[in-house]
Amino acid sequence: MKKIFVALFLLLPVFAESAEYTNVLLEKSNITFVSRQMSVPVEGVFKKFSAKVRINPAKPEAGMAQIEIDLASIDAGSSEANDEVKGKSWFSVTEFPKASFVSSSVKSLGEGKFEAAGKLTIKGKALDVHAPFALKEDKGLLNVDGLFAINRLDYGIGSGLWGDTSVVANEVQIKFHLLLK
Amino acid sequence: MTGVMAYTRTAVILHWLMALLVFVTFPVGLVMHEMALSPDKLRMLSYHKWLGVTVFVLVMVRLVWRAMHKPAPLDVSMPRWQHMAAEGVHVLLYVLLFAIPLSGWLMSSAKGFQTVYLGVLPLPDLLAKNKMLGDALSELHEALNVTMLVLVGMHIAASLKHQFIDHDGTLARMLPFMNRSSSK
Repeated sequence: MKKIFVALFLLLPVFAESAEYTNVLLEKSNITFVSRQMSVPVEGVFKKFSAKVRINPAKPEAGMAQIEIDLASIDAGSSEANDEVKGKSWFSVTEFPKASFVSSSVKSLGEGKFEAAGKLTIKGKALDVHAPFALKEDKGLLNVDGLFAINRLDYGIGSGLWGDTSVVANEVQIKFHLLLK
Repeated sequence: MTGVMAYTRTAVILHWLMALLVFVTFPVGLVMHEMALSPDKLRMLSYHKWLGVTVFVLVMVRLVWRAMHKPAPLDVSMPRWQHMAAEGVHVLLYVLLFAIPLSGWLMSSAKGFQTVYLGVLPLPDLLAKNKMLGDALSELHEALNVTMLVLVGMHIAASLKHQFIDHDGTLARMLPFMNRSSSK
């Protein structure tokens, strides 16, 4: 009997290491962004998104992620801005209600940092992005935190008059925090 | 005229610089408030905030300067209530020149838009983002501005009355070149 327990204890770390996290706790996850308006950083958030993620912290390279953002759920910092960015020259949400990210590969950057490569599709335009992220396991949960930048004009976000990058900067930082079980 | 300057040259320059700033910042604020969201509106919002920060700094410079260089008392014969009214309006204008930019700064913080002076110097956010507080401060900013508009109107009207009805040289205290031409 005792021997079996010892054997089980020895196996535990093996199980723990090979745990794959697949369930994204959406209420505790968030996707935010920071744009610069007249050099002023303004934070925004996408309140609604879905995420299919599979990742094993022992082997992140085999991980995959598929994230879909409901663009109408955007909060760009003020009600005036929210109305504006749903319109044609920004996200045109009636025509393109969703943005998506689909990972193609994950590589290690060393020191517990990784990078997901994949396609980010906004307004029907699919472009390659590289999103560095870090993993942290805590009480049976996995924190995935990352930050990357895109150029909004590459996707035609904020065209026409708003194309003036001296008012709204081209670069937009996107931050994601996913909590997985 | 006595020929003695009531206000130092620095005080006179600060007064007119402040007047110029107020006469630009106020209409920029009015116009941008009515504009629909556009790049031009964001530009004007920033200019308005930069001007406001300048007023805020300048009023403190003025108050320090004034504390160190007391102006000569107004030496004209007029009823006591007029002296008190003039004093009162001056004090209130100083208070507003301080309180209006401050309320704007607080409002910006509460609305979640930081103030970055001249697009270079970020000012600390004095409040956390809070929509209700932001809207309340917006009302306060507007009410203070309406008050200032009335007081500036009284300030100008009184100076014109002194100049064109009383002919007592009060306006020349702030316009030294008038002093020179009227004292020859």
